[in-house]
Amino acid sequence: MTFSWTLIWQTLPMLLTGAWVTVKLTTISVALGILIGTFVGIGRLSRRRAISAAMLVYVDFMRGTPLLVQIFLVYMGLPQLLGFPIPPYVAAITALSINSGAYVAEIVRAGIQSIDRGQTEAALSLGMKPRQAMRHIILPQAFKRIIPPLGNEFIAMLKDSSLVSAIALEELVRKGQIVIGRTFRPFEIWIAVAVLFLIMTLTISRLVAWGEKKLRVGD
Amino acid sequence: MANGIPPVAATEARPAAKNGTQPMIRVENLHKKFGHLHVLKGVSNQVDLGEVVVVIGPSGSGKSTFLRCINMLETPTSGDIYIEGIRITDPAVNLPRMREEVGMVFQRFNLFPHMTALQNIALAPLKVRRVSEKEAEERAYQLLDRVGLRDKAGAYPDQLSGGQQQRVAIARALAMRPKAMLFDEPTSALDPEMIGEVLDVMKALAGDGMTMVVVTHEMGFAREVGDRVLFMDGGQILEENTPQALFSNPQNERTRAFLSKIL
Repeated sequence: MTFSWTLIWQTLPMLLTGAWVTVKLTTISVALGILIGTFVGIGRLSRRRAISAAMLVYVDFMRGTPLLVQIFLVYMGLPQLLGFPIPPYVAAITALSINSGAYVAEIVRAGIQSIDRGQTEAALSLGMKPRQAMRHIILPQAFKRIIPPLGNEFIAMLKDSSLVSAIALEELVRKGQIVIGRTFRPFEIWIAVAVLFLIMTLTISRLVAWGEKKLRVGD
Repeated sequence: MANGIPPVAATEARPAAKNGTQPMIRVENLHKKFGHLHVLKGVSNQVDLGEVVVVIGPSGSGKSTFLRCINMLETPTSGDIYIEGIRITDPAVNLPRMREEVGMVFQRFNLFPHMTALQNIALAPLKVRRVSEKEAEERAYQLLDRVGLRDKAGAYPDQLSGGQQQRVAIARALAMRPKAMLFDEPTSALDPEMIGEVLDVMKALAGDGMTMVVVTHEMGFAREVGDRVLFMDGGQILEENTPQALFSNPQNERTRAFLSKIL
């Protein structure tokens, strides 16, 4: 049996629709993850012990348990409590974004802590409230600095999002399985799936490097 | 400018005006501990409206901590600080509101690196005083003029020399129209050739009647501009006097030792 390029060519449109789902799923989840992670990251640094402790519990839980378990918990566990089913894509985005939020929170926390204390002091000395100092002075500088780790988080999430194939969401890996079920050609298809992932991750890492260079002004 | 020296009223019927009778800054028995380190050991003093007070002393004497307590960047362990009679060490006091009245200039400038000189100056009036963008910008240009840097309005901090950065930092503090200004070793991080331009701005400010507390090693500045010099060591004010008297005839042994090393 030889490697069949024709087969890959024929099944590519189907795999590409799966890849597109992967991209959408990842982008939405990381975007929500950044939103969650920003608040959690700030909360981790709160002087109120109850807040920082609660945030730490969240971060520890999300980073210390398998993403697959989190996906099952949302997709199969939550409906038991709620009394109604959750569509796979809602469950997928929910699980991925709260998972991403925990990793982003640690990135944001480190970013904030990397900004010189003098910046906060200067802002406070001008009469700004701590919240204003965070928003206008600290976060803009911190975000510029954490673009590379956020890019890494995006790449990691792009790969990890394949786990939602376990709840039958038709992203790239699931599409691959479906195609294999029809063609019985696992070697070509898994190679094609792997190459598609590689193209996506390399594209992102190049984009991040480019964006980082663009934003380096005034730092 | 806005902080002219108040006219000395000669009439006996002068009402006890709030600002006329109260010192701008009053510090009472201030203590500050960092863990086991007792940095301030009972500092008391007061600064009157329009007065320029220079704080000198060896490093580790607590002079910077003293200054940073005045606008509560450090929280005193005990003791009280009053700004125009308001006890700011009261936990219920509105600290941001109070800090609007007391500008601060830092040793390391602490300009906001992601903003131009103009934006650095206009930000606080915009966000804190909520003036219009036009007004904030006009005021920022005026202040850039005042520190001689109008042509650097669009420059980012890393495109400016140390001396220029510090002048922008002074303008930024002045943008809030503070009633007093605190300077924490404003020239210590500068190359020698840039110290003069910053001191000139500070002298002009003192000439306009600004109330100033300046922690510095620039004895020439202290002598020329200071109304009063405080010598601190070991977390206490050991001696205070007019610059002339303190420099020419120090009473305390440690003042003498310090001055002999640095003059």
